[in-house]
This record gives sequence, C-alpha cells and structure tokens, in this order.
Amino acid sequence: MSEDAAERVRETVDAVYRSDSRRVLATLIRLLGDFDLAEEALHDAFAAAVERWPRHGVPAKPRAWLVSAGRFKAIDAMRRRARFDASQAELAERLDAPSSDPAGWEDEGVEDDRLRLIFTCCHPALPPDAQVALTLREVCGLTTEEIAHAFLTAPPTVAQRIVRAKTKIRDARIPYQVPSRAELPDRLDTVLHVVYLVFNEGYSASSGASLTRHDLSGEAIRLGRLLIELLPEPEAVGLLALMLLHESRRAARTSPAGELVLLGDQDRSRWNRDQIAEGAALVERALSSRRFGPFTLQAAIAAVHAEAPSAAATDWAQIVGLYDVLVRADPSPVVELNRAAAVAMRDGPSAGLGLIDAILARGDLGDYHLAHSARADLCRRLGRTAEARASYERALGLTRQAPERRFLERRLGELPD
Amino acid sequence: MKYLCLIYDEEKRLGGMSKNESDAFTSEYFAFTEGIRKSGHYLGGEALQPVQTATTVRIRNGKVSTTDGPFAETKEQLGGFYLINARDLNDAIQVASKIPSARLGTVEVRPIQEFNQQ
Repeated sequence: MSEDAAERVRETVDAVYRSDSRRVLATLIRLLGDFDLAEEALHDAFAAAVERWPRHGVPAKPRAWLVSAGRFKAIDAMRRRARFDASQAELAERLDAPSSDPAGWEDEGVEDDRLRLIFTCCHPALPPDAQVALTLREVCGLTTEEIAHAFLTAPPTVAQRIVRAKTKIRDARIPYQVPSRAELPDRLDTVLHVVYLVFNEGYSASSGASLTRHDLSGEAIRLGRLLIELLPEPEAVGLLALMLLHESRRAARTSPAGELVLLGDQDRSRWNRDQIAEGAALVERALSSRRFGPFTLQAAIAAVHAEAPSAAATDWAQIVGLYDVLVRADPSPVVELNRAAAVAMRDGPSAGLGLIDAILARGDLGDYHLAHSARADLCRRLGRTAEARASYERALGLTRQAPERRFLERRLGELPD
Repeated sequence: MKYLCLIYDEEKRLGGMSKNESDAFTSEYFAFTEGIRKSGHYLGGEALQPVQTATTVRIRNGKVSTTDGPFAETKEQLGGFYLINARDLNDAIQVASKIPSARLGTVEVRPIQEFNQQ
C-alpha cells in the first residue's frame, strides 16, 4: 500500500475512534462484564486496527470488527493469566461460549448498550461526584486530566473517585442494564441531574476567573442529544431545550472585558438564533406530551425570554404563571426567589421585595449570594440606598466567582452616597 | 449474590405506637417475609431485642472488656436484618424498598463478601 493510502487508513481509524469508540466500549463492558477489562480490550482493539487495516483494508463493519477484536484480545489475555490464576480460565471459557453470538454485536442491542452504560454510570448507589466523573470518563470519553481541569480538582482525586465507583459496581454487583419501566422515572431523574450538573459547571463555574467553561457545556449538550436519541422521554427533551436556550445567550452574557452582563442588559442581537429555534421547538414537543416536569417548565420560561425583543417587552405575566406551576411541581426556595424576581418585573420592585424578604425571614437562602444581590437590586430601584448597600455587601461576602464579585463591586460603586 | 439488609428504626417511635399500629406493623413484616420466601430471595432474618439489652465486647491488652450498650449511640438503632439472595444490587434494592421499616427508618444494603477456600 502506498504512503498516501496508509495515511488515509490511519485517518479512518482516527475517525472511527472519535465516532464509535464509546459504542464499542459500551458493548465490550456488557460482553466482558467489567469496566477495566473492557477499556483494556478497547485499547487493544484499536491497536490491532492500526496494525491490520492498512495491510488488509478497512472492514465492512468496523464497529463489529472492533468489538470482536476486543473480545478476542480480552479472552486471550485471560487465558494467558489463567496459567497463574485458575478463576481466569473459567471466566475465559464462559466468555468464549457459543452463546456469545457475534451476529448480535452489530446494531441491535448496541444502542441499548449505550443506555446501559449511562444508567450504570449514573446509578444512585454511587456518590454524585462519582456519577459525574464516571459519565464524563466512560460515556463522553474525557480523560481524567480533562475532568479534573474542568472541575478544578486534582487529577488523583478524580482518578480515585472513578476507581472507587468501578470497585462498587463490581463488588456490590450494580447491574449493566436499563432500569425497568417502574424504576425508570426515578432513575432517569438521576441521569438528567448529572447532565444538568455538567452543563451548569460549564455555564457558570462555581469559582475561578473564567465565568464559563465551554467544553463542559458542549459535552452536556452532546449527552442530552444522545439521551433523547436513545430514550425520547419528555423531561429529557425539556432538559436539552433548557440547555440550548441558556447556551444561546453565551456570547451576550459577558462583555468583551469579561464582565458579567445580566439578562435585562444583554445585547439580544448576539443571542444564537439557531439554538433558540431548536430549543423552542423542543419545549413545544415536551409540553405537548403532558408528562413534563421541572426541566421542561424552566425551559418554557427560558423560551419566553428568548422570544422577547427586549427585557421591557417580555411577557412577565406568562413567566410568573410558569413559575407558579414550577413552584408546585418542584418547590424550592431558589425557584421562589426566581418567581419573586419575575413578580418584581410584572408588579414593580416593592412586590418582589416583599416576597424575597419573606423567604429570608423564614431562614431560607441566607447564604445564597443571588438572594442578597436580587434584594439589593430591588432596594436600589426603590431608592432605599442604605439597605441596597448592606445587601450588596452581604452578597459580595458570599461569592468567590471573580466576574460576579466585580459586578457587585461595580453596583456598589454606582450607589448614590 | 447474597446481601444483608440491616434495618434501622427509631425505637422510641416504634415504642410510641398504639397496640393497633404496632400489630399492623408486625403483620406487615409477616406478609413481607412470606413474600420474599415465595420469591426465593429469603435466606434468613431476625428481629433484635431493644438496644438497652445490648452488650459490647472488646479485647484490649489481652483483657476482655464488656460494656453496657450498643457499638454506637445513634438516633436510629439496628433492630433486625434479612439475609437475602438477589440477582444484583437493583434486585436487592427492590427487596429492601419493600421492608416495612424502609418507610419509617432506614435500610442499609450490604453485599456479602465471599471467600474462596481452597
């Protein structure tokens, strides 16, 4: 084969790795029953492809070829180890049994394998930070270093979380399966929360200099798309809509100098219209199912904002109405705070202030910087300068995020003496 | 695979039940046990006497030390257990979620460690 042809084959291997390595891994985990064995087998299978495909040509079904090669390599490795450990021989025999039919490795069942992988990584018996790390590692294919960087954690910490999670999956025998219909709503909820957590970590980093960590939001949206392709449940559709509608504002959320720009002050011509159109269509689809939940309602609120030509021209009555439904579907002080902000836009600042003060008086959100900055903003608009100053200072004492801090300092500086 | 379901209840709360409530709770337990015998999950299970009957034993410096009371003072106390046979953790969680105390107290599910004796 000429140098050019060999180069083209190498490019094909790279392309197959990018498009299919997670699918091959998901199937190998099912066939081998072990995450570490499957990862080793995946690595061996691609190493074999790099060696064989340039000489023998790219197989007709590359994915099935890789699964078959990975499985063969794993059995081979177990047989070699069996010389020292009898239990490996038994495992190798079982895996090599004729019931493991190669015909079933292609297509049917393969999409199920990816769902199995997602549900196993997001199993509620694993701690939340491990669910996130394992999903990004196994489903998205991020390296431990990339995950650690994105979450501002040390790589050994992330590696340890992943090792512990895999140990629990093996030792407590967490099954590699899609949950039954009865369990599905709860289990899907855990998956959606993991995806949303990844998105939020990318969208509004909880600390550090940069307000957004783009790659994580992108990964979360990719995960959201994969999920509705595999399991088109209304809330999964609603979550994807919510992420797209938030993402559409990314360019307008920070000034060229890196300063935070609030929704009301954003240059709406910089919003991404394609993402808004896709998000709004997904919201319609989720709402029409009549089986939607909190993610869909939040997406519907984001869609009302997205379709308004300006902050003043926003349909605040509709937003308050959606918050009323959300408060009932998913009661939380944060949802109440957001509702209060919408009421302030509909009925004026003093109506919103009354609601926020009631939440704080109850003892909720005292440590939440956004509650104090929202309160400060309403006091400022009402000319209650001393109260506004006290609340901005309280908010400042509670946030570590540099752009948020600069924003609050700017607002404090703008208050009249 | 075997799992131990450790059942933690607030003894004070159980003690505060009326006779009717307490009888209903007990018959729920009988029905549950019967159910997991039929489904083939059941390997064993017992209820424990209250925590004030507990004695803790340790050997320190070669001497047996015996103290009154449980291993740790907690709001909910270990009050019983089931040893079950389950296909996997999801199956075990399904069984554990039907234990009557899961509603009032807490059930801890622990896989049993198997040793290969050669």
